[in-house]
Amino acid sequence: MSAALRASLLWSGVALVVLIVAIAAIAYGAVPLDARAVVHAIAGRGDPVTVAIVRTLRLPRAVLALLVGAGLGMAGAALQGALRNALAEPYLLGVSGGAAVGAVAAVALGATGAFVLPLASFAGATLAIAVALLVARASGGRADPRVLLMAGVIVGAFANAAIMVLLSNAPPNAIRNALWWMMGSVGDAGWLTVGWLAVYVALGGALLLWFARDIDILALGEESAAALGVDAARSSRSIFLIAALLSAATVAAAGLVGFVGLVVPHLVRSLGVRRHRPLIAGAALVGAGLVVAADLVARLARPPAELPLGAVTALLGVPFFLLQLRRLS
Amino acid sequence: MIDFDRVVIRYPKASAAAIDTVTLAAPRGAVTAVVGPNGSGKSTLVRALLRLLPLSSGRIAIDGADLAQLERRTVAQRIAVVAQRESLVFPLPVWEYVALGRHPHEGPWAAAPSRTDATVASALDRAEIGALAHRSTDELSGGEWQRVRIARALAQGGEALVLDEPTTFLDIAHEMAMFELLARLAHEGMAVLLVSHQLNLVARFADTMILLHRGHVAAAGTPADVMRASVLESVYEWPLVVTRDPAIGAPALLPLRNRGPRSPFQAP
Repeated sequence: MSAALRASLLWSGVALVVLIVAIAAIAYGAVPLDARAVVHAIAGRGDPVTVAIVRTLRLPRAVLALLVGAGLGMAGAALQGALRNALAEPYLLGVSGGAAVGAVAAVALGATGAFVLPLASFAGATLAIAVALLVARASGGRADPRVLLMAGVIVGAFANAAIMVLLSNAPPNAIRNALWWMMGSVGDAGWLTVGWLAVYVALGGALLLWFARDIDILALGEESAAALGVDAARSSRSIFLIAALLSAATVAAAGLVGFVGLVVPHLVRSLGVRRHRPLIAGAALVGAGLVVAADLVARLARPPAELPLGAVTALLGVPFFLLQLRRLS
Repeated sequence: MIDFDRVVIRYPKASAAAIDTVTLAAPRGAVTAVVGPNGSGKSTLVRALLRLLPLSSGRIAIDGADLAQLERRTVAQRIAVVAQRESLVFPLPVWEYVALGRHPHEGPWAAAPSRTDATVASALDRAEIGALAHRSTDELSGGEWQRVRIARALAQGGEALVLDEPTTFLDIAHEMAMFELLARLAHEGMAVLLVSHQLNLVARFADTMILLHRGHVAAAGTPADVMRASVLESVYEWPLVVTRDPAIGAPALLPLRNRGPRSPFQAP
């Protein structure tokens, strides 16, 4: 069997699994539906109540989860490659925390527009990644993945503190909202949010795929990248900005969902993918499936209560992180 | 082909220049070797060629054209550099790693070269690592890894090969095999510019040697010109004798045990 055929079979299989999980996520809820009813309702056929439930509540929720996972998976794959760091991901680098500060600050100032919120997040995310990289460089440790992670965790802690300060005088409702941000959720999904997140994920994803060849080269290190004609400083700056944009958009839409960007690229690599173009594309697909599955678990675990989405991904991600850390040392 | 013309490089906040008015030429068809003690500025020259360090003055030219004016990609199409150290965080199959050498020739949307790509296959052959093509880079010995890196540089398809300490960590057989390979590539017409600690090996293989000392050129010329006891003793600050390699008569250096009143451990 040729490599191309094997790859297309593999990815068709993965896409099928993601589709099945997504349909299961739409089918499960207070009113359980079967798969056929789900498909019919999406097409607008069948019982009008079912159509309403699926089209206004469950479908946007599932699509939002898919987009959040795709964005975080791609951002993680790009960051790991460009930083040569198997532990890099938006949440652990403090990028998501910075984005949350931006979002909370925007909300505190009363700016909750569909385009203002992601941009405020983006500003916070960009600042956070810049600070994390500068702190790591100042301690001479860009080369040591653990030092960069430490810098990121510190930036994340600072972001948490900043959110607390911003909220110290806020009404209870705002605090509840902010807590929702810090734990991650796709529960309040609506088509408007899905719409603008889709734009950001498509744009960020296309840009990362454009830079994918450069990421292959950056993963060899600064000197080898220079030897192959890549301006490492300039390329990595662009890649960090795009990854920050993707993470910021997901945070503005669904809050802090950690560890997806860490776990997903490793899963895709374990399927034999090495080059960053297929890796980023695969990470979008696997990330999408993972977050939909995590949201399903969040709803299935202790019904009728819902676990925070970020808690579910952390429960999965922390053991995985420890495993990677052990491999590293 | 590669010319350093009165190059001065000063690190920020450093009092002395790391490279002080260095002129050297690496022509096609020859092995040109830069040698010198630790900290003499050898690797700084390579980093400057990679444009990771700005020149304070002077210029580096590629076939007469100013390096600073050339596109990075264009330079990478013509000059391949094997940096001193490289480790992969995410291992690759050897052939895929070698195929990355084609990067300067590819557009951003080009398909990655396959295992059977002619340039990749020929690079694997020339570096004599065809048998390793499907191994993973994290399963290679030090000597194999160095050869794989050279294969990647050959896949770049340029006319010049620059190497920074290519034989560090290699045993005698691998070291010799590496130098034989470089000599053969030069014989085939490439410009080979080499930074090395291995004076005796360099003296047997290089056409021209440049001895650096604290950023200056202390001596330059044929191995016989440079490998003189008086010059080497003052540069390395260690007593030594220069004898002859019994096989081909190349000069060979033999550092002496210091039996004088000064303990060797007091040497600077």
